[in-house]
Amino acid sequence: MSSSGPALAVGAIVASVLAAVLIGAFGNRVSRTPSDFYVASRSVSPGLNASAIGGEYLSAASFLGVAGLVLAFGVDMLWYPVGYTVGYLLLLVLVAAPLRRSGAFTLPDFAQGRLGSTRVRAAATTLVVVIGWLYLVPQMQGAGVTLRAVVGAPTWVGVLTVGLVVLLAVAGGGMRSITLVQAFQYWLKLVAITVPVFFLVVAWRADGSPDPLSPSPPEFGERTTVTVQDTAVLTVDAPVTVRASGTVDDTAVSGPLRLDVGGHDVEAGTELVFPPGSAVPGVAGAPSLTGSEWGYPLSNGQSEPLYRVYSLMVALFFGTMGLPHVLVRFYTNPDGRAARRTALTVLGLVGIFYLAPPIYGALGRLYTPELLLTGRTDAVVLTLPGVLVGGLGGQLLGAVVAAGAFAAFLSTSSGLVLSVAGVLSQDVLGRRERSPRRAFRMATTVAVIVPVVLALAGQSLGVANMVGLAFAVAASSFCPLLLLGIWWPRLTATGALAGLALGGGLAATSVLVTILLGPTDGWGGALLAQPAAWSMPLAFLVMVVVSLLTSREIPTGVRRIMVRLHTPESLDLDRGANLTGRGGRWP
Amino acid sequence: MSDETPPRRVVVTGPPRLATRASASGRRDIDEQTALGETYMRSLMRTQLRLGLAVLALVIIPLATLPALWALAPGVGRLTIGPVPLPWLVLGVLVYPVLVLVGWRYVRQAERNEAEFERIVSRQ
Repeated sequence: MSSSGPALAVGAIVASVLAAVLIGAFGNRVSRTPSDFYVASRSVSPGLNASAIGGEYLSAASFLGVAGLVLAFGVDMLWYPVGYTVGYLLLLVLVAAPLRRSGAFTLPDFAQGRLGSTRVRAAATTLVVVIGWLYLVPQMQGAGVTLRAVVGAPTWVGVLTVGLVVLLAVAGGGMRSITLVQAFQYWLKLVAITVPVFFLVVAWRADGSPDPLSPSPPEFGERTTVTVQDTAVLTVDAPVTVRASGTVDDTAVSGPLRLDVGGHDVEAGTELVFPPGSAVPGVAGAPSLTGSEWGYPLSNGQSEPLYRVYSLMVALFFGTMGLPHVLVRFYTNPDGRAARRTALTVLGLVGIFYLAPPIYGALGRLYTPELLLTGRTDAVVLTLPGVLVGGLGGQLLGAVVAAGAFAAFLSTSSGLVLSVAGVLSQDVLGRRERSPRRAFRMATTVAVIVPVVLALAGQSLGVANMVGLAFAVAASSFCPLLLLGIWWPRLTATGALAGLALGGGLAATSVLVTILLGPTDGWGGALLAQPAAWSMPLAFLVMVVVSLLTSREIPTGVRRIMVRLHTPESLDLDRGANLTGRGGRWP
Repeated sequence: MSDETPPRRVVVTGPPRLATRASASGRRDIDEQTALGETYMRSLMRTQLRLGLAVLALVIIPLATLPALWALAPGVGRLTIGPVPLPWLVLGVLVYPVLVLVGWRYVRQAERNEAEFERIVSRQ
């Protein structure tokens, strides 16, 4: 990227952040009462609300991660955007209206209100925090990747920037201003990802429409300099002579170096210059795939591909409804019918967005294959416009995409931090801190700092992959709690607790093992890296069986609660009280 | 004859305790959790759950068939429409309008079910 590119990109990012801050500050003046602050008084119009939900839902995983995974692993990765969308459909069909009618603010409120147990509330609170943080870490890492790709800043700059902006936005504005900001960010993201696609496709056609599925592994189109970021083993399929400076195969080199067929250890920081037309070597995490391995299903070299696909489907289809930041949004609808209509609109908004990322992934295979070698495939959306379109136009498009990516981190992170801070301030700090507003601000600080530290310390598994792990935990805990809580009157507190502990606990444990030890091959690795296929049914089974065994505990008011959850608000019925747990102390 | 009919009707429509509040009998049954009220509620929940599960099956079964189909008959996963392989077309494009369409039909039917419920329990 030439000299004006980074400046343009930084300008665009700053403009997008400033716009968010200004809209947030403007909204802040309208947020006066406690419920304004947290749930925007449920007075948000459906169109605005749907845009805000879309803005919040489309995270770094959608904006950067999907394209990166498609670039690295091919067509199987299209299940990610499909899963995010189907998950939303299931939310609409099984959860949206009853959840809005429950009157609960948060998942712990719902759990306690429905089951009348503070122990279930505590378990739900813990899970909101765990899932929220698990989902926040990749957002922050995505910000690091972005700033590194567009201006070459060290990773921590992006992480801290997003952390700081989110802290200020959430602690200062609350939900009302966040709603406006996120609605704006949805449209920014949609424009930022779709507009460049038209230019990319035109440039690709002008280049003779090369086929991303061409039989050979990807090649470097021109002389390409690659700086290996982390020590890696490169797998070379055809001998190639590169210019190297650094350490290769434990030998310091500076100058021409012939890489024979086989594996080569390359130390971090080594610079390799590949001649035009040479094949891109494979590395762990981004194997060298032929066109058909990449372009056709179940052949990308991951172990147990069929199990992985099915487990991913379970996690994404059933995890969406259990994401804390997605649920809190439904309380901003005026009634159950509006909640359904909003969810339907979101489904459309999200679906339109997901048409674009696979195109970046496919074109990236042709034009930015060096990302495979550096392991930074998440940067393909950011890098491609500059490479393929080039010139000032390419730089402008690159700047637009960078601004959209920042909108993605900010909107999703704000929503997550708001949810985590909400339960932390209510359930943990609220007991000691007498001023609710101060408790909320303290909670926001904690909610931001922990994932920032984790993002700086932990290793990155790829943005979409990490987010998939958060979905797996949600699918194995909140999904059965919500579905059984809404549709099965015989659920008991002990049953719910056992299911949350076992399903959520086991899913979270295997996710942590995967994050700490790194992904492994074979059945063991597949079962740990994609736990949802076994942990979700297990959670359901445990909840049902334990509830049947403890049927004496069925709460007495459950019939009235079912009336509240399922009957339309227009009917004049006795619905009992809102499911707000201990009465909702909001800042 | 028209002078005599109205008072008789009042006697026939129900016992006096129902006339104490201007509320419909079905709603009263639900509020007081009578056996009939429970039946109304169970039927509403069943109808809505059945609708939800039908939508679920309609979407998940075809999608879940795809990977198995591609594993058992790899040739199917290699079919192309023009230059684009079928899996890319299905998962990258076609699935989204279908999901929105299904969601739209669901919302319409769920609202109809609620209107029907409202009509039944509001009937005198």
